[in-house]
Amino acid sequence: MNYIPQILFAIILLAGIGYFASNIKKLVRNIKLGQAIDRTDNKSQRWANMARIALGQQKMVVRPIAGFLHVIVYVGFIIINIEVLEIIIDGLFGTHRVFASLGSVYNFLIGSFEILAFLVIVSVTIFWIRRNVIKLKRFFYSEMRGWPKSDGNIILYFEVVLMLLFLTMNGADYTLQLAGAAHYTQAGAFPISQLFVPLFENFSESTLIIIERAAWWLHITGILIFLNYLYFSKHLHILLAFPNTWFANLNPKGQFDNLESVTNEVKLMMDPDADPFAMPEEGEVEDVPEKFGASDVTDLNWVQLLNAYTCTECGRCTSECPASQTGKKLSPRKIMMDTRDRLEEVGKNMDANKGVFVDDGKQLLNNYITPEELWACTTCNACVEACPVSISPLSIIMDMRRYLVMEQSAAPMELNNMMGNVENNGAPWPYNQMDRLNWKNE
Amino acid sequence: MSEAIKVPTMAEMMAEGKTPEVLFWVGCSGSFDDRAKKITKAFVKLLNKAQVDFAVLGTEESCTGDPAKRSGNEMLFQMQAMTNIEVLNGYEIKKIVTACPHCFNTLKNEYPSLGGSYEVVHHTQFLRSLLEEGKLTIEGGKFKGKRITFHDPCYLGRANDVYEAPRALIQKLDAELVEMKNCKKRGLCCGAGGAQMFKEPEKGNKDINIERTEQAIETKPDIIAAGCPFCNTMLTDGVKGKDKEGTVEVMDVAELIANAEDL
Repeated sequence: MNYIPQILFAIILLAGIGYFASNIKKLVRNIKLGQAIDRTDNKSQRWANMARIALGQQKMVVRPIAGFLHVIVYVGFIIINIEVLEIIIDGLFGTHRVFASLGSVYNFLIGSFEILAFLVIVSVTIFWIRRNVIKLKRFFYSEMRGWPKSDGNIILYFEVVLMLLFLTMNGADYTLQLAGAAHYTQAGAFPISQLFVPLFENFSESTLIIIERAAWWLHITGILIFLNYLYFSKHLHILLAFPNTWFANLNPKGQFDNLESVTNEVKLMMDPDADPFAMPEEGEVEDVPEKFGASDVTDLNWVQLLNAYTCTECGRCTSECPASQTGKKLSPRKIMMDTRDRLEEVGKNMDANKGVFVDDGKQLLNNYITPEELWACTTCNACVEACPVSISPLSIIMDMRRYLVMEQSAAPMELNNMMGNVENNGAPWPYNQMDRLNWKNE
Repeated sequence: MSEAIKVPTMAEMMAEGKTPEVLFWVGCSGSFDDRAKKITKAFVKLLNKAQVDFAVLGTEESCTGDPAKRSGNEMLFQMQAMTNIEVLNGYEIKKIVTACPHCFNTLKNEYPSLGGSYEVVHHTQFLRSLLEEGKLTIEGGKFKGKRITFHDPCYLGRANDVYEAPRALIQKLDAELVEMKNCKKRGLCCGAGGAQMFKEPEKGNKDINIERTEQAIETKPDIIAAGCPFCNTMLTDGVKGKDKEGTVEVMDVAELIANAEDL
């Protein structure tokens, strides 16, 4: 017996999975560069959210057309993966259609895979038309130029090619089955790929075997390449949507976190017994003053960094954003893309320097995200509500505003005036606190 | 109009040895802004009419710190919060009602972890419960057949999932409630949130309040109802900007109810 194909298959499989695993390790390391935050409370609610939002696609269907098409591609992706299991077993053990013994169940499975594959091709084609012919506005903001635009299309091409290979493989197989070729026992139902039969009928058995085998190999190799493409692509969301919805914020959207480091400072300030000149006690390590807010990705918490890798750049946040809608520079999607790009840059810097980050004179603020974008936000939560996978661009905007104001005193002048008023008169306008009840007698 | 309004302060109540059922947190807008003061008074008239046992802090009230927090000044926010919490806890406040969604959100969500836990309700929720308890009745008629569209304040709606209380009140007026294309969860901001109220907008091709006002005007309303003093200002400006002030009014939900009652 000839073991070469099996050995070759095992090598390709191992290489594909191995490279993917090494990139995932990098991904996890990068996410862990973020600050600690506990998001493990209320586990039952978290599982429910993940089931509803990631698995159940609840927020995708808020926009019915894109939502419906997405559900088809998503279901297709998940279900057709059962077929990949068969391919892997066949590849490793030199069998052919190892699950065929399931009989009518197998026919049903293969039949549904084929219908799904066809529907995926239709949906992906419509997606491509929306991006490239109709040119939906949200795919054409400035942050979508270059790689993000190509990335979006490459994913669609990958999916069509994989589905076509799958159907070609089945079509050739079915033709061989009909011809009674050895090894090609009758198994499976082929509602879609039977359309290939008239095309293949006049081919010789050996040509058909070559077509079937070529499609089989290209299909599985393509899947492994696509798997490895994920790390470099916005398409990571197919994996990260699950942890991302699990670790999402469960508080009311209006509730912004109270910075604990600030609470300690304020309590000290307001404590009449506190000695401002107190020396740290013997043996007590003096606290390094914490940095308030975020100017770089490592100041953000790890859930915010996970958010950045999860973003698939669909732009629903940006299309709902009042600032973006009225031509301001802010785009919540760009906030997420910038965060990921900077995090990748930091990660590559560490790879090049034996795992230690060497200052590159850059940061997320200014080099990626400008104050003008940050100050355009109305904190209305439309972006958070719109995100189908529970990403919060707003929390990053707020942390960066905190840095601008508390570390750099770099708020717009009118806001400084407002804050001065709050500090001095307890109101954002220059009115005296003693006049607060005057309305009663006016 | 009616007789003078009764607005007891917490200090007066305490001097008499009384604790009111609920504190009315007026907020900076409600205290100082000419337009918002009318909303404050309308709400107080309703409280008086329903004989609600309430008080205000008066000169002891101070900014909740919301605009400072949304600007990124966590330090100033927490100083405001802790000062206010000392006052509120000193009076042993249990329940707070406010007509400002920003105060509502901050008091309700951001004060507890700093030591201030209260039951906080928005005035539309409070009015709705007064109606349900029969303490307040609306003899409709005045607004019968009027088209009213409700603008969801971000800090009431998306921020805290309160969508129904204001709508229930409008429907009690026998008015025709019409929805904008972006409403409830997908409501468009008026442009004032996140401390934008206090600064010029960043460079763009349109002001947000104009965009929102256009959405409201598309519903051909007689009245645009608001539940937030900032939204009220932004939409009033928007209506002026579209030269519609003769035909479209911007009113707070409390004003609608008070008007229906001829208060």
